[in-house]
Amino acid sequence: MRAAALSPGLADPVADAQGCFRAVLDAMSRPGSVRRVPADVRPPAPLVPAAAAVLLTLADAATPVWTDAGPDAAAWLAFHAGCPLATSPEDAAFVLACGSPPSLGVLVQGTDEEPHRSATLIAQVAALEAGSGGWRLRGPGIEAEHRLRVSGLPSDFTARWGANRAAFPRGVDLVLCAGREVAALPRTTAIEEG
Amino acid sequence: MSAAPQDAAGGGTLAGYNFAYLDEDTKRMIRRALLKAVAIPGHQVPFGSREMPLPYGWGTGGIQVTASVIGPDDTLKVIDQGADDTTNAVSIRRFFGRVAGVATTERTAEATVIQTRHRIPETPLREGQILVYQVPMPEPLFRLEPRVAETRRLHALGDYGLMHVKLYEDIARRGEVTISYNYPVMVNGRYLMSPSPIPAFDNPKMDRMPALQLFGAGREKRIYAVPPYTAVRSLDFEDHPFRPNRADAACALCGSRDSYLDEVVTDDRGGRRFLCSDTDYCERRRAEQ
Ligand SMILES: [Zn+2]
Repeated sequence: MRAAALSPGLADPVADAQGCFRAVLDAMSRPGSVRRVPADVRPPAPLVPAAAAVLLTLADAATPVWTDAGPDAAAWLAFHAGCPLATSPEDAAFVLACGSPPSLGVLVQGTDEEPHRSATLIAQVAALEAGSGGWRLRGPGIEAEHRLRVSGLPSDFTARWGANRAAFPRGVDLVLCAGREVAALPRTTAIEEG
Repeated sequence: MSAAPQDAAGGGTLAGYNFAYLDEDTKRMIRRALLKAVAIPGHQVPFGSREMPLPYGWGTGGIQVTASVIGPDDTLKVIDQGADDTTNAVSIRRFFGRVAGVATTERTAEATVIQTRHRIPETPLREGQILVYQVPMPEPLFRLEPRVAETRRLHALGDYGLMHVKLYEDIARRGEVTISYNYPVMVNGRYLMSPSPIPAFDNPKMDRMPALQLFGAGREKRIYAVPPYTAVRSLDFEDHPFRPNRADAACALCGSRDSYLDEVVTDDRGGRRFLCSDTDYCERRRAEQ
């Protein structure tokens, strides 16, 4: 194992996991709102702190993780989260994309009877900005409309997201991470380009 | 049964336990279930329920949800049938005070997390608050379809004809729907959901509530959720619209004609009076008078 694999995980595993979980729960409950993860974590590149903290909070031996982040980052995640590494995104409970995310349709969708058995996509993006400009979001968790500007996703992402949403109750849920910030879109959220 | 909560919450018996009692593996599993529950409003997500130092019926499902959510910055309120001062509510509040060191309150407006059995507070909840329901039976179809595999199939199809027939038969026989507690609701127009045994009077409060609603059923090992501002509609018919019932009286203490009332026997000659079931709401009103 290289030195990068040994850099520390969550400084206070119990308190940091609780704080990170609440940030993600709040983000998922109010799609388009941006939250800061409270954990001080310094993962190896190209992982950003928010994505690393979310995975250390939610992943474990029961949840295979696939990532395009390269061997150092993958080894760091496997070591600190205790999660198996999936060899392809189709087999993962959590898919961490640092580059262009894999097609949503190939990820685990769940079934009509067990739609909760679906993958969560954690996508690292360049920047997240809530409040004005960018996507117009509607759906559960949103009183009227939330605005979220996301920099760094492929231009056809909203079309792909529309197909994901149309498969409800099956479908993938999305967590967006930039630096220490996190936003989330459950499969119920409708995106309209701003 | 009454001894168990005291034993569990008493003395130093919990020294050495993890923050909020549950181990981190269990919390992580429950947290994953909660996120999927929020993403699929009204859908029941199975989880590996743990033995808690309280018997089922004391709200072990709600307690496990609260334990997986709560943190040192939270302020917890616990109500049982609307009251903060019953043995059940006091035991659960003391339990979390001990194992999580969180601040507790009886005031709805001050709480960030509210665990409840059988009521929704009268004081409107706001964004950022989390309401955790204790659920004895999460499956709204269980009296109509005892086969669990079949109820799962009906939820998958969104086929709720059985429930419509049951309500229709009620109306045909008695002229109205006779369900006064645990009145079934449709969540976001897709899933039939049990609101837990709250009075039907409380159902309208669930609709587009600004707070996050989480439901935990310990014995049945199910978690479900309603995100903020999500449509929650009580099942009804066009010619028989849903009408939440309330005793036609005023609270004997605060005079409220809007709150849900309990009928209380006041003496051994059969004297009765009506009091707010929500003790915090009633006290706040009296303090303002
Ligand atoms: Zn009163």
